[in-house]
Amino acid sequence: MGHLIEFRQVYKIYQMGDTAVHALDGVDITIDKGEFVAIVGQSGSGKSTAMNIIGCLDVPTRGQYFLGGTDVSTMDDDQQAVIRNKMLGFIFQQYNLIPKLNVLENVELPLLYAGVPERERRERARSALERVGLADKSKNLPSQLSGGQQQRVSIARALAGSPSVILADEPTGALDSRTGREVLHFLKQLNREGDTVVLITHDNSIAVMADRIIRLQDGKVIYDGDAHDPRAVVQPHLPGEDEEVGA
Amino acid sequence: MGIKQSFLLALKSLAVSKVRALLTMLGIIIGVAAVIVIISLGDGMQKMMNDQFESLGANLIQVSVWGSGSSRSVAPEDMYKLVADNPDYLRAVSPYVQVSGVSVRSTREAFTPGSILGVSEDYDSIRGMTLSQGRFLQYVDVLRQQKVCVVGSYVNKEYFDGQAVGQQLSIGGYTYIVVGVLSESAESRKGTDDDQIVLPYTNAMSLAGSRVSAYMFTGADKDTASVSRTIIEKRLEKIFGDDDYFMVITSAEMLDIMNTMMNTMMVVLVAIAAISLLVGGIGIMNIMLVSVSERTREIGIRKSLGAKRRDIRSQFIIEAGTTSAIGGVIGIGFGLLAANVAGTLISGLDGAEGFAAVPSLGAIALAFGVSVGVGVLFGYLPANKAAKLNPIDALRYD
Repeated sequence: MGHLIEFRQVYKIYQMGDTAVHALDGVDITIDKGEFVAIVGQSGSGKSTAMNIIGCLDVPTRGQYFLGGTDVSTMDDDQQAVIRNKMLGFIFQQYNLIPKLNVLENVELPLLYAGVPERERRERARSALERVGLADKSKNLPSQLSGGQQQRVSIARALAGSPSVILADEPTGALDSRTGREVLHFLKQLNREGDTVVLITHDNSIAVMADRIIRLQDGKVIYDGDAHDPRAVVQPHLPGEDEEVGA
Repeated sequence: MGIKQSFLLALKSLAVSKVRALLTMLGIIIGVAAVIVIISLGDGMQKMMNDQFESLGANLIQVSVWGSGSSRSVAPEDMYKLVADNPDYLRAVSPYVQVSGVSVRSTREAFTPGSILGVSEDYDSIRGMTLSQGRFLQYVDVLRQQKVCVVGSYVNKEYFDGQAVGQQLSIGGYTYIVVGVLSESAESRKGTDDDQIVLPYTNAMSLAGSRVSAYMFTGADKDTASVSRTIIEKRLEKIFGDDDYFMVITSAEMLDIMNTMMNTMMVVLVAIAAISLLVGGIGIMNIMLVSVSERTREIGIRKSLGAKRRDIRSQFIIEAGTTSAIGGVIGIGFGLLAANVAGTLISGLDGAEGFAAVPSLGAIALAFGVSVGVGVLFGYLPANKAAKLNPIDALRYD
């Protein structure tokens, strides 16, 4: 069995008027089961595009993307939906809970779309909420919870479907630093329990929570290795962007 | 995602914005209520007409003869023979002569009755008439042109103080003896069947100075009305050598014609009411389109969690269908109420005592079905728009 995630010469090219923008410019990445990887880069580096492709929300212009050994780079909308449902758990910066559904119903959603029968759905959603310590809030609406709690609900939602990969897109971006740290520790703990976590961030101080860092710049991988290697957090010097380093 | 969840979700999102939901439903409510009222009143009217026809004699066959202008004409004896020759299809016949423009006076006063009819002794059974006093005309009255008559209950009450039998009545200068009073059939009002004077047709012919120009037959059965009619027509055709000089109408056929007319009218009215349903449907489509753009982010979230196009589409279609179905139920409620009120008002009018608005179960089911259908139909476009949203764009949408 090969890698869990494998990019083979992935290109994503957007046509902006006359110029072709290479959001991803021949990227090769492999991520194995049980890893905790941070994909780091500034805005425009291509990390959001990479996350969309890893998350099966988008397809590469060229190249291949294998998820769990299957080439998903040529799938259509509905086939991708099935892959997202079965293999991916998303954690978004803005939590992205549905406001008019209560916490339990939000967590149940991926199971609902997977066609899990009601009783089992309820049980699995409950146990996911227990894992994030919010079982007592299951009847609350998202708006009645704090930001940190909402983010934990969204983690529970990502866990509920027992995905192969947990994909966290700037999960701490909307949280204060203390709550943000809690969420990161939680992701770390999930990883220790065996889950594969891919974290997308622009923030080096968050990236170092991971075991491995993949740094993107201008659509190319410029570093891929141990998160604790000093080179992982050193960015090529660009004018006016020094303050980003080790922020 | 199951239908049940979609349905509950639809109810939830309707409950969140009640005023908007109500306004959205308004077109459907009005349309469905209008359809229910129209069908209820139409059915009621049809039923009333059928009842009235039934009381007129469902097996009645009316023959009008206007002759060819030549010497050829129909004699009452021909018609009697026709009945005698066809006992399986024809039961009885009476000539029918209307007399007008003759002076009528009781011992007290001159008056104008609703109608003066010349008929035979069988007319009472042909028309299902009964008498409250005295007797009807008899064969001998007709044969000998006896100056006797039967009066309606209004005439009896109004001009004879309810004691008409045995009294004298002057018709066209001849003195008649009242031998019977007909039972009340129209609440003894002026101008109705209760306001008539019935004489032997032989007398009426001399009074009117004309031949018999109409006959009333009783057919053996409603179902063989067309056979009975053909028999009469053949005979008349033989006499006149042409079918342009007479007309035969059976009650059953007249009822058919009137029912057809009523149905046509109802179809037109329902079609007009359906315009409101159409407008209501467009209203639903409009609100659903707004709802789709408001919930773009929700759609993105659902898609990221694995919702297929079909899931999103059915969610919005079910929401539209639920909206219009609730509108339909409310509309049915209002429609039944309005039909009831209108029915009560109409039955208070003169000559419509038997009227009742009867909303049929079929009409209700149809109205409900159509309202759901309108929602689904007009919900499809917005739902499809939602289903086709790109998850990335939808997730980034604010």
